[in-house]
Amino acid sequence: MVYLTRLEHFNAAHKLYNPGWSREKNEEVFGKCANENWHGHNYDLYVTIKGDPDPDTGFLFDVKKLSQIIKDQVIEKVDHRNLNLEVDFLKGKMCSTENLAIGIWQQLVPHLPEEIKLHCIKLYETPRIYVEYFG
Amino acid sequence: MSVREKKVAVYRKEHFNAAHRIFNPAWDDGKNAEVFGKCSNPNYHGHNYELIVKVTGVPDPETGYVMDMKVLSRITAEEVLERFDHKNLNLDTVEFKDLNPTAEHIAVVIYDLLRARIDEKLELQVRLYETERNFVEYPAD
Repeated sequence: MVYLTRLEHFNAAHKLYNPGWSREKNEEVFGKCANENWHGHNYDLYVTIKGDPDPDTGFLFDVKKLSQIIKDQVIEKVDHRNLNLEVDFLKGKMCSTENLAIGIWQQLVPHLPEEIKLHCIKLYETPRIYVEYFG
Repeated sequence: MSVREKKVAVYRKEHFNAAHRIFNPAWDDGKNAEVFGKCSNPNYHGHNYELIVKVTGVPDPETGYVMDMKVLSRITAEEVLERFDHKNLNLDTVEFKDLNPTAEHIAVVIYDLLRARIDEKLELQVRLYETERNFVEYPAD
């Protein structure tokens, strides 16, 4: 079993705001992250797949193809976007890094060949904060 | 020249994150989109900004400091982080009400804010990273 990771970047605006709560409660729970006019981040996305290398190529999976799948299914939809307003796979969800990582996982799985297993989505919101999702 | 007369640069790193939109109000939406591309998204996007403040001077003969870093940190927090952290630069700040919030302009604005609070005999330069790969410096050498 080999693990292969591809790193991609995007940046986006968001806010942490639960529409079912009052503004006061949102500010109490989310602090300045609840700013109604948004704030933003540079996100670093690590996508790790696992499997056995193909005997003919020595590759687990063509990393150019992996990069293209991540670009088409994720980066195109989130880069330079407002995560709360413009991203279909986050509609109705809180735009936390946790939910974003889970959403990215769900975007990628249907587009990977059956023999390639997604192992981990590791998503940095800042250089000091990241989440990992293993499905 | 003795050690006590030599100029030294000291640096303080800070970070903040913010939403913004690159937009020229004198242009229509089409021209903004043509020139600024996705950076002009009307719904904004955002960055983690890294700020490096450089202060240069001869260390004070009594303290050995160019500048007390606790003071530099406090000034930067008061002037920069409280103004811009977790804000929408276009909507939430007076500084960018009529100024396009490009990294270039943000660096100059930060320089002016800090310059007013730092001893005139010390030189000041700011470097601002908008992403890990895009950064600007002001004043330019």
